[in-house]
Amino acid sequence: MAEATLTQIFLATVLANNFVLAMFLGLCPFIGVSGRLNTALPMGAATSFVMLVASLCAYGLNYLVTVFELEFLRLISYIVIIASAVQLVEMVMKKYSPALFRALGIYLPLITTNCAILGVALFQTAREYSLAQALVFALGAGAGFTLALLLMAGLRERLNLAGVPNVVQGTALSLMLAGLLSLAFMGFAGLGAGE
Amino acid sequence: MVIPGQTPPTNLDEFLEGIWKQNPVFVMVLGLCPALAVTVSAVNALAMGAATTFVLLGSALLVSLMRRIVPREVRIATYIVIIATFVTIVDYLIAAISLELYEALGAFIQLIVVNCMILGRAEAHASKFAPGRALINALGMGIGFSIGLFALGSVREILGAGTLFGVPLFGPDFQPWVVMVLPPGGFFVLGAWLLLFNWWRNRKPAPREPVVAAGEASHG
Repeated sequence: MAEATLTQIFLATVLANNFVLAMFLGLCPFIGVSGRLNTALPMGAATSFVMLVASLCAYGLNYLVTVFELEFLRLISYIVIIASAVQLVEMVMKKYSPALFRALGIYLPLITTNCAILGVALFQTAREYSLAQALVFALGAGAGFTLALLLMAGLRERLNLAGVPNVVQGTALSLMLAGLLSLAFMGFAGLGAGE
Repeated sequence: MVIPGQTPPTNLDEFLEGIWKQNPVFVMVLGLCPALAVTVSAVNALAMGAATTFVLLGSALLVSLMRRIVPREVRIATYIVIIATFVTIVDYLIAAISLELYEALGAFIQLIVVNCMILGRAEAHASKFAPGRALINALGMGIGFSIGLFALGSVREILGAGTLFGVPLFGPDFQPWVVMVLPPGGFFVLGAWLLLFNWWRNRKPAPREPVVAAGEASHG
């Protein structure tokens, strides 16, 4: 694992092991925010940014925790760091783009409980990535999340115009769509050979 | 949820809320990440359900006990730290009980921390009620979540591998639907369950008010 090149890691996380469609991470915002294209992109960008910050912090924290042999504190310190990073993004967004802040609503603070973020931190620790590898991994995860969100938003905007039976409407339909998307992404399996 | 103007719910109501009326998997669609990622087999699903129930119970008790001393501004952070503590305990516990299970569930045990259902319960219920009631509600939610996971895991194992709890069901000629144990299968099975629930809820009032039902159907 440690000898995988940066390109391999990036490709594998964006396509073959897409965080949303292959590893089921970050599904809440994926189902919740992917209704419209113009909120999907900022949401993806905000999440990617938090991922990068979290990845950087997690790398430093992991080093500290290992040096002091406090491994049982790893999870708790990760989640505290992520919560602070989200708070930061929230404040910046509220100051510079209040409209966007309102559009994202409850889903912005919920980035804290987005499994994709903690997933990045945990997986980079489990796979013993170096700092560069970890950052590329976080970048790939963010790009993959945004890609999945955009694809889904496009599909759902189109679906608003389609005649769908009442019973299927809502989350059931979104999940079926996600299943089809996931099936399509299976075609990338093996790409990047990072796995 | 307590709606003002209604009679206060009994203990049984609190317990059943999580199992049926507000089932975290089928009704609220919360905590999906673990629900889909680990439910490739019935055993994994039950283990995940049990771990989540433990965390729910522990965090409900602690959050409920501390509900008067935690300042409002930092409550979410406090809840998260409490939940993370219990998840760490569960993580070490599972590793001690069964290494095989620990490896099958992998990072998803630690990801229980970010299960929105647990934080949602802490915020919406445990922080408002006494420990006894919070525990009953948490137990109901945990069991409801486990039932949901089991419903997903058993279907996926039966169709994807032809077995249930590792016991072959269909004899040697069965051709497994491999897609069911792959990621797309998770989406499809959950989608199908939700479809079933929608259908059931939509047809329930039909016998009493057939005219309204017919009108609703024509909108679709």
